[in-house]
Amino acid sequence: MNHSTRHALTFYLRTLTTWGVTLLLFFPLGWLVLTSFKTELQAISVPPLLFFTPTLENFAIVQERSDYLLYAKNSLITSLLSTVLGMMLAFPAAYSMAFFKGKYTKDILMWMLSTKMMPAVGALVPIYVLAQTAGLLDSRTALVIVFTLSNLPIMVWMLYSYLKDIPNEILEASRMDGATLWQEFRLVLLPLTLGGLASTGLLCLVLSWNEAFWSLNLSAAKAGTLATLIASYSSPEGLFWAKLSAASFMAIAPIVVFGWFSQKQLVQGLTFGAVK
Amino acid sequence: MAYLKLQGIEKMFGDHRVIKGIDLEIKQGEFVVFVGPSGCGKSTLLRLIAGLEHIDAGALQLEGRDITHLASSKRDLAMVFQSYALYPHMSVFENMSFALKLAKIDPAIIKEKVGRAAQILNLTDYLHRTPKELSGGQRQRVAIGRAIVRAPKVFLFDEPLSNLDAALRGQTRIEIAKLHRDLGATTIYVTHDQVEAMTLADRVVVLRDGQIEQVGTPLELYDRPANQFVAQFIGTPPMNMVSITQMPALEAVCGLPVAAGGIVGLRPESLKICVPGQGLVDGTVDLVESLGAETLIYVSTPQGAQLVVRLNERCQLRAGDVVGVQIDADAAHLFDASGHITRTGQTRQALAH
Repeated sequence: MNHSTRHALTFYLRTLTTWGVTLLLFFPLGWLVLTSFKTELQAISVPPLLFFTPTLENFAIVQERSDYLLYAKNSLITSLLSTVLGMMLAFPAAYSMAFFKGKYTKDILMWMLSTKMMPAVGALVPIYVLAQTAGLLDSRTALVIVFTLSNLPIMVWMLYSYLKDIPNEILEASRMDGATLWQEFRLVLLPLTLGGLASTGLLCLVLSWNEAFWSLNLSAAKAGTLATLIASYSSPEGLFWAKLSAASFMAIAPIVVFGWFSQKQLVQGLTFGAVK
Repeated sequence: MAYLKLQGIEKMFGDHRVIKGIDLEIKQGEFVVFVGPSGCGKSTLLRLIAGLEHIDAGALQLEGRDITHLASSKRDLAMVFQSYALYPHMSVFENMSFALKLAKIDPAIIKEKVGRAAQILNLTDYLHRTPKELSGGQRQRVAIGRAIVRAPKVFLFDEPLSNLDAALRGQTRIEIAKLHRDLGATTIYVTHDQVEAMTLADRVVVLRDGQIEQVGTPLELYDRPANQFVAQFIGTPPMNMVSITQMPALEAVCGLPVAAGGIVGLRPESLKICVPGQGLVDGTVDLVESLGAETLIYVSTPQGAQLVVRLNERCQLRAGDVVGVQIDADAAHLFDASGHITRTGQTRQALAH
C-alpha cells in the first residue's frame, strides 16, 4: 500500500469513526424526539418504528395534565435569578482575589473547589430541614438560594481565571488617569472581560436549568422546575413512553435552542485556559 | 520650596523592610533619576510616590500639600509603565484622551491636546490604530503621549526603555531628553541602566537596599563618589578596586597611607600601559577589547589584582603580553574598610569642571 492510499484509508476510517461516535451520542436524544411524535402504541412497538405518521397529541396532553408552562416558568425564573445573583456575588470576590492576592487566596480557592467534590446528597438532610424550618419548601426562593450557592464556586473560579489574565498595570494606569473604582470597572475592566462574563453566565444558566437533584427534593407542585415535570412521568402506573418523551422534549428544547445560539461562548468558557 | 518632598518614607512588605527611611527634595522642572541594582527599591519608591502602594511611615508633599494618603487618581501625577499598560480595547486616540475624558474636558480641547502630543511624538498617522497593531517603540510613544497630554505636576517613568531593543533604546532616550528640554516638566525616572542615568539626569539618586547611597549630578557622582558602591555603580567599565595585599606598591598613594583593610579606587582612564618595570606594577594582559574609538585592556598582576585600563587609541597588545601599569596617584580614590570615601581623587576632567 503506498503512502497516498494509506493516507486516504486513514482519512476515511477517521471520518467513519467520528460519525459513528457522534450518532451514538446523539441517538438517545434523536430517539426521544422521534418518540414524542408517536402514539403510545407506536412507541412500544417491536421492532422499533422509524417511519410513522407523526402526531401532536402527546404535547397537548402533557400541557393539559401537568401544566408545562408553570414548570417552564419556574425553571426560567430560578435559572435567571440564580445566575444574576451568583454573578453579583462572584465578580467582586474574583476581582479581589485576582488583583489583590493575599496570603490565603490560593487556599480559599482550593476550599471553594473542594465543596463541589462532595455529593449533593450528603447535604440533603440539613438543607431540607433548613428549608422546612424557614417555611421555604416548595418555593422558588429556596431553589434560587440553593442554585446560587452550588454554582458559586464554579463562577468564582471561572471569573478568577479570566480576571487573572488582565495585567494589573492596565488597571493601575486607569487609576493614575483619574478613574474611580466604578469608572475603572465600567470603562476598562468590563470591556476586557465581557467574553469571560458571558461564558460564565451562560454556563451557570445551563447548570441551573439542568439541575434535578435539589428541584426534586425541595419542590413539588408549586415551585417545581422542568426536572420535576419529567420525573413525574415515571409513575408507578407504568411508563408512558410517548408522553414521557414529549415531556422531556419540551423540557430540554428551550435550553438546547439557547445553547445553539450561544455555543461559541459556551465552548470558550468551558475550554478557557486549556490552550495558553 | 521643594516641589516634591519625601520625608522619612518607609515601606514594609510583610516583615521585610523594603524602603528604609528616604529623605529627598526635588525642585520644579528637575529631571531626577532613581538608579540602583535590582531589588534596591527604586520601582517601589516610584510606586509609593504614585500612590499605587501604601506609604507605611513618613510624609510625601507636593507643592506644599500633603499627599501621603491621597488616592493616586487625585495626585495629578502621570506614570509611564515598563510594560506600557495601554488599554487594549481602545484606539491610540482613546488611550491618550482617557484621562481628559474622565476629567470631563470639552471634546474639542481634547482633540487639540491629543493632536499636539501626537505631533510631538510622530503618532498622528496611528491615532486610529489599536495597541495590537503597533510596534514596541510606537506603543512606548503612546504611553508617553498619554502622560504628556495630561500636563501633570510630575512625570513618573518606570524603566520605560527596558523592553526596547538597543538601537531603539538609544533613539528613545534622546527623544525623552529632548522632550524634557522642550516641556521642562518635573520628572522622576527609574532605571537600572547607569548610562541612562548619566545622560538624562539633572540629579541622580543612587539607591541600594531601600536606602539612598548618594544624591548628586551625574558628574558629581562620577568624580566624587561618597562610597565604594556608588564608585563602582557609576561609570563603565567599573572603577578598579585594589587592596594593599593585591598591590603592595600602593602602600602610600599621594603620600597618604592606605587605611588598614582599605581599598584604592582607580578609574580605567587614570591608568596607563607602559614598558614592564617602568610602571607601579607589572602584569599580564588577559584580554584586549577593541571598541573602535577606545580600547579596554584587562591586566592581572601576580598578586591577584585585576585591572581594566582604558586607552583612547588602538594598540598592538595581545593576551599573554607582559606590561607595566602606571597609575595617576592624584586620581586615586581611597576608601576605608567599610567602603566610605576617605580621599577623593582628582582628575584633569574633574578639575576642569
